[in-house]
Amino acid sequence: MLENLDALLLARIQFAFTVSFHFFFPAFSIGLASYLAVLEGLWLKTGKSVYLDLFKYWLKIFAIAFAMGVVSGIVMSYQFGTNWSVFSDKAGPVIGPLMAYEVLTAFFLEAGFLGVMLFGMNKVGKKLHFAATLMVALGTFVSAFWILSVNSWMQTPTGYILGDNGQFLPGDSWWDIVFNPSFPYRLVHTVMAAYLTTAFVVGAVGAWHLLKDRANPHARKMFSMAMWMAAIVTPAQIFAGDMHGLNTLEHQPAKVMAMEGHYQSHPEGAPLILFGIPDSEAKTVRYAIEIPKASSFILKHDWNAPLKGLDTVPDDQEPPVGMLFWSFRIMVGIGFAMLGIGLWSLWGRVRGRLYDMPWLHRAAVLMGPSGFAAVLAGWITTEVGRQPFVIYGLLRTADAASPLDAPAVAASLLAFILVYFTVFGIGVWYILRLMGKAPQPGEYGVKRGDVGPIRTAGITPGPTQNPGGEETLPSAAPEKEPV
Amino acid sequence: MDLTVVWAFIIAFAVFAYVVMDGFDLGIGILFPTFKAGRERDRAMNSIAPVWDGNETWLVLGGGGLFAAFPLAYAVILPATYPLIIAMLLGLVFRGVAFEYRWRDAAHQKFWDRAFAGGSLVAALAQGMTLGALLQGIEVEGRAYAGSWWDWLTPYTLLTGLGTVAGYALLGSTWLIWKLDGEEQAHARKLAIRWGAATIVLMGAVSLYNIALNAEYADRWLSAPEIYYVAPVPILTAVVALSMLRAILKERNSKPFWLGIALFFLGMSGLGVTIWPYAVPESVTIWEAAAPYRSQAFMLVGVALTLPLILAYTAWAYWVFRGKVADEGYH
Ligand code: HDD
Ligand code: HEM
Ligand code: HEM
Repeated sequence: MLENLDALLLARIQFAFTVSFHFFFPAFSIGLASYLAVLEGLWLKTGKSVYLDLFKYWLKIFAIAFAMGVVSGIVMSYQFGTNWSVFSDKAGPVIGPLMAYEVLTAFFLEAGFLGVMLFGMNKVGKKLHFAATLMVALGTFVSAFWILSVNSWMQTPTGYILGDNGQFLPGDSWWDIVFNPSFPYRLVHTVMAAYLTTAFVVGAVGAWHLLKDRANPHARKMFSMAMWMAAIVTPAQIFAGDMHGLNTLEHQPAKVMAMEGHYQSHPEGAPLILFGIPDSEAKTVRYAIEIPKASSFILKHDWNAPLKGLDTVPDDQEPPVGMLFWSFRIMVGIGFAMLGIGLWSLWGRVRGRLYDMPWLHRAAVLMGPSGFAAVLAGWITTEVGRQPFVIYGLLRTADAASPLDAPAVAASLLAFILVYFTVFGIGVWYILRLMGKAPQPGEYGVKRGDVGPIRTAGITPGPTQNPGGEETLPSAAPEKEPV
Repeated sequence: MDLTVVWAFIIAFAVFAYVVMDGFDLGIGILFPTFKAGRERDRAMNSIAPVWDGNETWLVLGGGGLFAAFPLAYAVILPATYPLIIAMLLGLVFRGVAFEYRWRDAAHQKFWDRAFAGGSLVAALAQGMTLGALLQGIEVEGRAYAGSWWDWLTPYTLLTGLGTVAGYALLGSTWLIWKLDGEEQAHARKLAIRWGAATIVLMGAVSLYNIALNAEYADRWLSAPEIYYVAPVPILTAVVALSMLRAILKERNSKPFWLGIALFFLGMSGLGVTIWPYAVPESVTIWEAAAPYRSQAFMLVGVALTLPLILAYTAWAYWVFRGKVADEGYH
C-alpha cells in the first residue's frame, strides 16, 4: 500500500495536515485578540474589575494559543518552497509580494507588540498597554487579509499575465490581484468564522463555570458576552455564506455542483439534496432526501431556473464529490446549530433567566469546539472543491509539486504528524486546564516566571520560590490566593 | 539603480537581522543545559521572552522576501535542502512553545527545558548547514533542483553548521552578560570566552575551506586587484574578534554583545563577497532568479513605508524591557 503513496499525494497530505493544524490557532487567536481588546477597553472605560480579571484570565490562554499559531505558521511559509517548488517558481511574482506584505504589515506588528501586551503593563502604563493590545488585534486581522487574498487569488485568479518562461506575472494593476473576485466574500466569511469560533469557546467556558456556580460574576459576564456574539454574528455569517456560495457559483461552478451533489443537469429546477450518499461511480446520490426545486431557488432565486450538473464538466476536471458534499453539510449544519444557541439565549434573556438555564449551558458547553469543526469543514470545501487545480483552471496540483523523492516527503510527513499531535496536543491540554479553573477576582496575568497559579496542587509559591515571577499586570482587586 | 540589486540587499539585511536577533535567543537555548535549574534558567529565559517572537519574524521576512523577490532561488534552494529545512522548522516548534509551556507545568519543566535546548540546537545547526549547502553549490537543471535528497550532507556543511552553533552561543552569552548580574553574569562571561574562541577558530576554518572548495571563490579573495578591496574584511574581523575577547575579559557590560554583532556583520560581508552575484552559486544569478520589475517595485513601496516603522517599534519594545532582568523596578 505504501508504494502507491507517491510523492505528490504525500505532499498534498502534508500540506493539508500542516495548514489545517495551523488554522486552528488563528481561528481562535484572531477572535481572542479582539475579545481581549474589548475587555481591556471596557475596563479602562468603566473601571470595573470584572473586565480586568477576565482580560488576565484569557490573556494566559491567548499566550499559549498564539505561540502555537506562530510556530505552525512559520512551517507554512516554508511549505510552499519545500513541497510546491514549481508552484512557487510560477506564482511567486504574483502572490509572493502579497505574502511579503503580510509579513511587513501584520506579522511584525503582532510580534512587536506581543511582548508588551503579555509582560509590559507595569512598564508602559495602561493607555500604551491598551494600544499594544489593539495593535496585536489589528495585526491578526491584517494577516488574515493578506493570506486570504493570496488564497482567493489561487481560487479566482485575475490581473495576471503569462510570461514566456511559464511564470504568472503581475498585470497592470495590483488592485485586480489583491481584490480578486472571491476575496471580499472569503475575507468576511472567514473573519466572522474566527469570531464565532472564539465566541463559542468563551461561551462554553462561561457556561461550564455557571453550571458549577450560577452566581459567579465572571462566568456570567463571559457567557452573556459570548451569547450576544452568537445571536448577532451567526445570522450574519449564514447570510455571508449564502453570498459566498453565489459568488462561487459564478466563478467555480463545478465546486458548487459537487457541494450540492448535482451529478446531472436540471433544466427545469434543481432539487436541494439535504442528505444522501454520493456515488461517483454511478454518478448519482443514493438514498437522497431532497426538496424539489429548492436548490434553484437558493442559487438563482427562481424555483424553475435551470442548473447545470457535473455531466457538463470533463471528468478530469471534477473535484471529488463525496468529500465536498459532506464537508459542506457539516459546516452548514453547525451554522444552524449555532443559530439555535443564539436564539435560545435571546429567549432566555427576554425572560431574564439567561443564567438559570442549565440545559442552555450544557448545550453551550457541547458547542464549545463547534467553531473549529465548522472552520475546518469550510476550508475543506473550499480547497478540495478547487481540485484538481492549485491555481484554478490554470495550474494543476499535480504539476505544481517539488521534485522530491517519496521517502523524503514521507519521512517529513511522519515527523510533522508525530510532533504536531504531541506538542500541540499538550498545548491544548494546558489550555483546557486553564479553562477548567474559574476566573478569580484579582486574577493573575501572564507572569514571567509564572509557575504559581497553574500548578495543579494550587499552592502559590512565595516570591522566594519564584524569583522571576514579578506580577506584570496590575491587579484591580487585592491579590488573592488562587484556589 | 537596479531594483534586483536593491532587493538582494534587502534580503541580505533581513537575513542579517534574523541571524543576530534570533541568533542570540537561539544561543541562549543552546547554552540552556549549562545553566542551573531555577533562578539562572528563569532569568535567562525571561531576558528574551518578550522579544523572541519579533526576532523570529525576520526569518519569515527572509524566507517570504526570497519567495517574492527571487522566486526561482526559493524554488531551487528549499527542495535542495529539504531535510534541513524541515529539521529547522520542527526545532523551532519545540523551542517556541517551550517559552509558554515551561511555566504552565511545573512537573514537566525539565522536559520543556530540554525541548528548548534541543530545538534551538537543531535549528541553529540546520541553518548553518543550509548556508554551507548553498555555498558548496546546488545542482540545477532547467528551473529546478536536480540532485538527490542527501546531497547537502558533507564535511563542509558540518563545519558551517558547527560554526553557526558556536556563533549563536557566543551572541547568547554576550547578551546574558548584558542582561544578568552577579554570579550568573560571571558564568555568562566564562561561556562567552569559550564560545568566542570557538567561533573565531571555526570562522577561520570555514574561510580557508571556502578557498579550497572552489577556484572561483579563491580568485575572489586572493588574486589582484580584488585582494586590495576585500583584504579589509579579514583584517577588520581579526581586530573586532580581539577587541571582543578583551571586552569580555575587562568585564564590560554591553560592549561584548555589540562587538559580537560586528563580528557577524563582517562574516556576512565576507559571504557576500564570496557569493556575489549569484543567488544559487554558479548556477542562478540574482538577475535570473529575480521576480519581474513590477513585483519588486510594488514590494519596495511596502518596504519603504513599513520598515522604518518596524524598526522603530521593535526598538521601542526592546527599550521597554531594557536593563538587567533582575532590577526591573516597578515604580
Ligand atoms: C485567516 C487567517 C489565516 C490563514 C488562512 C493563515 N494564517 Fe498564518 N497566521 C494568522 C492567520 C492566518 C495569524 C492570526 O495572524 C497568526 C496566528 C497566530 C499568530 O501569531 O499569527 C498566524 C501566524 C503565521 C505565521 C507566524 C507569524 C509570526 O512569526 O508571528 C506565519 C509565518 C504564517 N502564519 C504563515 C501562513 C501561511 C503560509 C498560510 C497559508 C498557507 C497561513 N499562515 C494561513
Ligand atoms: C487555513 C486554512 C486552510 C485549510 C484548512 C486548508 C486546507 C486544505 C486542504 C484540506 C487541502 C487539500 C486538498 C486536496 O489535496 O484535495 C488544501 C490544498 C491546498 N491549499 Fe489549502 N487550506 C487552507 C488555507 C490555505 C491558504 C491560505 C492557502 C494559500 C496561501 C492554501 C493553499 C493550498 C494549496 C497550494 C493547496 C494545494 C495542494 C494540495 O492539493 O494539497 N490553503 N488546503
Ligand atoms: C449555514 C451557513 C453557512 C453557509 C451557507 C456557508 C457557505 C460557505 C460556502 C459556500 C463556502 C465555500 C466557499 C468557496 O466556494 O470557496 C464556505 C467556506 C467556508 N466557511 Fe462557511 N457557510 C456557513 C456557515 C459557516 C460557519 C458557521 C463557519 C465557521 C464558524 C464557516 C466557516 C467557513 C470557512 C472558514 C470557509 C473557508 C473559507 C472561505 O472560502 O470563505 N461557515 N462557506
